[in-house]
Amino acid sequence: MSFPILSLTIWLPILAGFLIIAVGDRPARKLAGIAAILTFLVSLPLYFGFDSSTATMQFQESLAWLPSFGINYALGIDGISMPLIILTTIINVIVVISAWEVIKDRPSVYLGAFSIMTGLMIGVFSAMDAMLFYVFFEATLIPMFLIIGIWGGPRRVYATVKFFLYTFLGSVFMLIALIYMYNQGGSFAISDLHALALSKDQQFWIFLAFLAAFAVKIPMWPVHTWLPDAHVEAPTAGSAVLAAIMLKMGGYGFLRFSLPVTPDASSQMDTFMIAISLVAVVYIGFVALAQRDMKKLIAYSSISHMGFVTLGIFIAFRLIAKDDMSGVALGIEGAIMQMVSHGFISAAMFLCVGVMYDRIHSREIADYGGVINTMPIFAAFMVFFAMANAGLPGTSGFVGEFMVILASFKTNFWIAFLAALTLILGAAYTLWMVKRVIMGPIGNDKVAALTDINSREFWMLAILAIFVLLIGVWPNLIGGVMHASVENLVQQISTSKY
Amino acid sequence: MDNLQIATPEIFLLAATCAVLVVGLFTQAKSNTVYWLSQLSLVITLIMSLTQIGDEAVTGFSGAYTLDTLSASLKSWVLVLAIGIFLYSRDYVGNRKIARSEYFVLGLFAVSGMMIMVSATHMLTVYLGLELLALSQYAMVALHRDNGRAAEAAMKYFVLGALASGMLLYGMSMVYGATGSLNLTVVADILAGNSEVLSAERTIGARFGLTFLIVGIAFKLGAVPFHMWVPDVYEGAPTSVTMFISTAPKIAAFAMLIRLLVEGLETLSADWQQMLAIMSALSMIVGNLIAIAQTNIKRMLAYSTISHVGFLLMGIVGATSAGYSASMFYAITYAFTTLATFGVLLAVSREGFEADQLSDLAGLGKRNALLAVVMLLAMFSLAGVPPAVGFYAKLTVLESAVNAGFTWLAILGVIMSVIGAFYYLRIIKIMFFDDPVDDTQVSPASDVTAGLAVNGLAVLALGLAPGLIMSACIAAFS
Repeated sequence: MSFPILSLTIWLPILAGFLIIAVGDRPARKLAGIAAILTFLVSLPLYFGFDSSTATMQFQESLAWLPSFGINYALGIDGISMPLIILTTIINVIVVISAWEVIKDRPSVYLGAFSIMTGLMIGVFSAMDAMLFYVFFEATLIPMFLIIGIWGGPRRVYATVKFFLYTFLGSVFMLIALIYMYNQGGSFAISDLHALALSKDQQFWIFLAFLAAFAVKIPMWPVHTWLPDAHVEAPTAGSAVLAAIMLKMGGYGFLRFSLPVTPDASSQMDTFMIAISLVAVVYIGFVALAQRDMKKLIAYSSISHMGFVTLGIFIAFRLIAKDDMSGVALGIEGAIMQMVSHGFISAAMFLCVGVMYDRIHSREIADYGGVINTMPIFAAFMVFFAMANAGLPGTSGFVGEFMVILASFKTNFWIAFLAALTLILGAAYTLWMVKRVIMGPIGNDKVAALTDINSREFWMLAILAIFVLLIGVWPNLIGGVMHASVENLVQQISTSKY
Repeated sequence: MDNLQIATPEIFLLAATCAVLVVGLFTQAKSNTVYWLSQLSLVITLIMSLTQIGDEAVTGFSGAYTLDTLSASLKSWVLVLAIGIFLYSRDYVGNRKIARSEYFVLGLFAVSGMMIMVSATHMLTVYLGLELLALSQYAMVALHRDNGRAAEAAMKYFVLGALASGMLLYGMSMVYGATGSLNLTVVADILAGNSEVLSAERTIGARFGLTFLIVGIAFKLGAVPFHMWVPDVYEGAPTSVTMFISTAPKIAAFAMLIRLLVEGLETLSADWQQMLAIMSALSMIVGNLIAIAQTNIKRMLAYSTISHVGFLLMGIVGATSAGYSASMFYAITYAFTTLATFGVLLAVSREGFEADQLSDLAGLGKRNALLAVVMLLAMFSLAGVPPAVGFYAKLTVLESAVNAGFTWLAILGVIMSVIGAFYYLRIIKIMFFDDPVDDTQVSPASDVTAGLAVNGLAVLALGLAPGLIMSACIAAFS
């Protein structure tokens, strides 16, 4: 076994997190900064050392963990999980920058919790054993529960308990499904679950159990209601991590579990899944239009964008029926692209709101107006990210949406039409918010007293802007690494299991 | 090994207890001599018991007493728990008008009773051990004699406990009538039809007796519908006694269940599986739902205990050795997590102040971060959230239930555990999200703090390496 680089990227931030909490508030920031940058550097070899020509799991590690249950500490990544891990380590750096001088109450615990959560989320994306995946998946709830509960807004207790119980309820059904499959096949290894033969009925129930876990996490309409609450009450970095990474755990779960483990049930349920994805895209888009609270608006926009992810994933089965394999890959790659891109853009949007909130302590759109007059640099960033959120070509937001719409066109005009509505709706709710907040004459005295972003905030947003642009003009940066893995996935889901 | 050798730890502990009792007469009320002597005897007994793990199974005293891996390891767990219990309760007992030396002496007698229960393979020995434990506990609940609630709780506990003991004895007599023996190995042999063929009437007699045995066991465990005593006794008893009742005796009751139902009446498993499945489901439902409404934390933990007993029974329902070891794992981890919970409550209580309302924990995260973190870990463990050890306990019992075809029970269990998570989260919320109501410093003695830290760390560390205890539990049933 070579150097355990995945273990290092998981455990470095976790141990650093405990250390940060232990050393106290004074040195916590510097330590957190060092830990975050180190974690990012450690994760880089995963990208540069990645062999994109193969779909086999790379950087594998395996240790017996709970031998009596055949549970292994097995790690490995492929082209689907690797981009998400890099995204996680980048966002972690941004989180530290965003909290630098903003968090006054127990900053060491705050930064430590984020650091621990980063390690756990990387664990989710790199687990090759279903039970290990479940452990990481659930363990991320604990730091997030505390972050929202301690540093959140006025209704934080309601929001955080709702967040916890909602996701906990979803995932316990997955636990039962995993145990059931363990009893069938005698293994928790994800690759064994992929190979496990399951009858139509078995697949149906297992699919529903996975759906309960991942639909809540991603979240899909109609089980999305925890998200606006959690987002609104969470501190800025909490919202950013929640939107940028935690939601992706749901999408990743669909790709890693639902599709390859229950391909026939997924195929059987595709119309239903496509339908509720379209509801998310269109209906939630309209809901976003009606919001007065900026964070809530972005939260609904997240749900709408995640609708695109599930659409791209489940449109695949329509295309398999038509035997259009390149279209299948297009849809799934579009979904992954959308997840990564949304990770950067939504984090940036929440951070932009955070920048304004730190100054005026309001998230209401009505409390702003003409911010461009007092904060021109910030306004440029905000407009740029808003454009990216609306799917402007040249930004990363365009790539994923375009791929998914293209794949939809290959199946059915009306699905594609409804999906494409997002280009109008997304532009409408995002740009209308920008118009009301950023543009126009100065709205009130508070806005008049605003000061532009300092260099810390500048770099925080600039790093994200660079990635948004980079992926936008050079999608192959991510697309290139996932082709082989997606091909393999397409192969798996197009073969029946019985 | 001869008869006496297999019981050396128990014999030593009984002798030591008598010595401590006498010493207690001649020490002053404020001195800690009795405490240290009790701890010393427990530690020595623990060492003696640990050396017995892994020995060949030996039966002595004409089949009445057995030393096997199961009993040796369960005894060790009971002793470790007792050491923790005494450590956490020392200052609490000292600060109140509770007869100190009696508390520790009764505790030691109860521990002897549990050790006898764990090793008993004869119904009479089971009963003797059980009564030694129960009588000590009745007296311990009543130790706070100026307190009306404590007296009420003791009375309730005694009357209902005596009733349950009567049920148990009646069941034993029926089984004796059917098989002609009280020795569990012989009973198992006869029921399996190895030595003689039983007539249908006598088998029915044994089944009839089984029902009463289960009533007795369910009462001692606190399973629904025999749980009525649990909330009142938990609430009324001094917190240190509540801690005692809710931890170690659960392990002893588990052992009694295994000895009677599995080793004695496994042939009738089809009958008791049904009963246990229903009790398991009811316990999880009633325990979790009613716990939500509680404002008294001891009462809440009582209902939480009831729900955990439901989970513990879920492992046994399948009647497989994997399931038994899952339940054993559950009992042990549950006992340790609960120990930490009550340890924190005792640390927060001080002279003239009982921490028994949920609001008494308000802002504990600011008042004493270490205690709050220990409590946080314990709560997540009880809720079954990984990576705390409680998750693996739930995982193993769920696995055994699904494996045995009781998928409905497993699904009910996970739904109930989500409901349960609500009230555990509420404690975390009160500790970390609410502001302190009173700012009194919470500063337990340094050895108590260290003990709690180790206890909390164990909840987390065993979650990262659950194989450590798990392999011991599997060894006990192989």
